[in-house]
Amino acid sequence: MPARWQTATVVATRDETERAKTLRLALPEPSGHRAGQHYVLRLTAADGYTASRSYSVASAPDGSTEFELTVERLDDGEVSEFLHDVVEIGDELEVRGPIGGYFVWDATTPALLIGGGSGVVPLMAMLRLARATGHAELAHLVVSVRSPRDLYYADELPGSDATVVYTREAPPGSARPAGRLRATDLAPLLRDDATVYVCGSASFADAVGDLVTDLEVDPARVRVERFGPSA
Amino acid sequence: MAKFTRGFTGRGKAGRDPRLPPGQYDTGRQWPVLSAEVTPKIATSEWTFTIEGHVEQPVTWTWDEMQALPPSTYSGDIHCVTTWSKLGMEFTGVSVDTLLTDARPRADATHVLAFCSTGYTTNLPLADVTDGKAWVAFTADGQPLSRDHGGPARLLVPHLYFWKSAKWVAGIRVLVHDEPGFWERNGYHDRGDPWLEQRYQGD
Repeated sequence: MPARWQTATVVATRDETERAKTLRLALPEPSGHRAGQHYVLRLTAADGYTASRSYSVASAPDGSTEFELTVERLDDGEVSEFLHDVVEIGDELEVRGPIGGYFVWDATTPALLIGGGSGVVPLMAMLRLARATGHAELAHLVVSVRSPRDLYYADELPGSDATVVYTREAPPGSARPAGRLRATDLAPLLRDDATVYVCGSASFADAVGDLVTDLEVDPARVRVERFGPSA
Repeated sequence: MAKFTRGFTGRGKAGRDPRLPPGQYDTGRQWPVLSAEVTPKIATSEWTFTIEGHVEQPVTWTWDEMQALPPSTYSGDIHCVTTWSKLGMEFTGVSVDTLLTDARPRADATHVLAFCSTGYTTNLPLADVTDGKAWVAFTADGQPLSRDHGGPARLLVPHLYFWKSAKWVAGIRVLVHDEPGFWERNGYHDRGDPWLEQRYQGD
């Protein structure tokens, strides 16, 4: 387990939206993460002051030394603002991980992945794993965002294995009008043998938890990750 | 010693609240919600709390029976392993000491496993839930505990990271050995003292 702090080097950055940025990090050794896991990232000031936050891995496990974290910029976010505004390619960052043994998926069993906003990040690692290993039929991603401007990984979504639900503003010509995620969005995607992974804000997670429970999904088949404010 | 991060000053050590353990920040008025399960709906009419296992007298309380026990208040801080702390909170409930007085752990009991209606578990040394250090809490800051914060009742063990303060707690199993709970099986520390930064196994 992740007792050790390691130094990772920033090898690439990419803007996902106006408020979300992906950092591609390289470790001395293969990361060995599983889809759904996270890393703790620690910043240390010259006076020894430190600030740590957890970020989900967005990239699929691929046996390499590199992995990607997607960071949402939060207002007055001590760590997220630094990662957005200051960090550049070549910088070294301390990380610890990968962490998590519950909200993980190894592309061996069916899964329905339901993410709200930035909650898509660990689920994207799962979808990318399914696609990369030829198991796209095992996973289906549903991501709920306010508008097209808020969609992460837009060049990979939607698809036959991924549905995007817009809550405030749908793209022109959308068959589905903008609106909150509803039972009718999920019902066609449910299958009895699937594990349901839900990730998003606490209110999103609770709303989806109630939706799938009302659709008679056994709560024991539902795994939830709630994103608290990680400023 | 950690290596410095280029360009990072952060909020700095100056003015840092001494109530904050290392690596924690003050979440202010927010109270983040973190849990791994679907939030259950538990009616107080169906709620029970049981102490079982290595005790002289297993006991189950209904909601009304629990409310009739002497109340006890915790005023102070809580610390989540995800690095937020919330300072100056007030919880009311019943001291675990009161409950253990009825159940009477056997002399060789060493640990407990708290269990919840969702299947969640967490392990604690017996010494961490006795002598005024743990509660079954029903209210937070004067309000009934909301569903998402574990309502109607959660365990409260505020001197340890908050995953030990199990939401939707249904009982405590007294043990003669340590038995990892849900997060502890998934890499988190068996004890979880925030002042020692016991976040993960091996810390």
